[in-house]
Amino acid sequence: MTMVFEHFNFAVVIVLMMTGLFAVFASHNMIKKLVGLSVFQTSVFLLYISISKVTGGRPPVLSKKELHGYGGYDKAGDGADAAYKTVSETAEIIYSNPLPHVLILTAIVVGVATLAIGLALVVRTREEYGSIEEDEIDAYNYQDNLEGASR
Amino acid sequence: MSSLTPAFILDIGLLAMLVMVAIAVVRLRSLFAIVMLQGVYSLISAAWFVSLDAVDVAFTEAAVGAGISTVLMLGAMLLTEREVKPVPMRRQWAPLFIVVVTGMAMFYALGDMPMFGDANSIANATLGVEYVEATKSQIIIPNVVSAVLASYRGYDTFGETVVIFVAGLGIVLLLGLNGNAGRWRAKPNGQDISQIDEQDIS
Repeated sequence: MTMVFEHFNFAVVIVLMMTGLFAVFASHNMIKKLVGLSVFQTSVFLLYISISKVTGGRPPVLSKKELHGYGGYDKAGDGADAAYKTVSETAEIIYSNPLPHVLILTAIVVGVATLAIGLALVVRTREEYGSIEEDEIDAYNYQDNLEGASR
Repeated sequence: MSSLTPAFILDIGLLAMLVMVAIAVVRLRSLFAIVMLQGVYSLISAAWFVSLDAVDVAFTEAAVGAGISTVLMLGAMLLTEREVKPVPMRRQWAPLFIVVVTGMAMFYALGDMPMFGDANSIANATLGVEYVEATKSQIIIPNVVSAVLASYRGYDTFGETVVIFVAGLGIVLLLGLNGNAGRWRAKPNGQDISQIDEQDIS
């Protein structure tokens, strides 16, 4: 039971993934298939981002204190910087893991590229067959093959 | 995570909304509603990303997943159909079986996953920390994600832009630049090829 509690996020994300996968497999409408693929994809992003979370961590954006001293950032901010130091000079700041964030940023953009190609194929299929339902396209192809054989 | 902190309650709430939206996407038959719910799904997951400290991912997901994807899908829906034809129940058992088996296998592997929020897991303890430390002295910008994306993994990002370019090229080849795909004919020397064929036949 404690295992389920510790992995609560992962368990729910698996359910979400399988829901998206079911929409891909079970629906015969091509746009609904692509929506299912999109839901599946977003769920995979959720899985990666939950792995990168660290309890008590902060978003991976460095504070002024840590960049101060290298001279590259905010040379003029003396007053605000001094005030910040008194608050959290001794405390070690924990950041969440930035690496999965980078991977998922790339994956989101590539995902929308593949989605756009898929939608273009759907529009083209509709122009050619007059339908985006797989059953009707299969029936059309079957009929076409029969006529080709009798010719 | 052992007690009901406000962050955990927010977690449960957002995940419950995600599950409800996903099930609605599977069950609905109006394509417009399905496409809009996909945008809602992306937006809720963007909110969840913020609560998991992934702010860069959150605004990319909100802009690209909830914005551009939804617009693309609405455009494709307008060019094709508005309703999903119902799938008979007997055609849904096999997909359901496959999905349940796959889900069971993933639940079986769940015990090997790192604990949620564990700073000492293999994924969190090694390379990510090194990138944070190196950014402080080498790149000197506040946002570590930007530093990794544009500098340490710059070639990945370059490849990503190539993927976008190829996708755009593919769409132009499939649909044509001015929306007359399928009716376009090559005209060498100003002559229509189909007309030449007709003259040859006659």
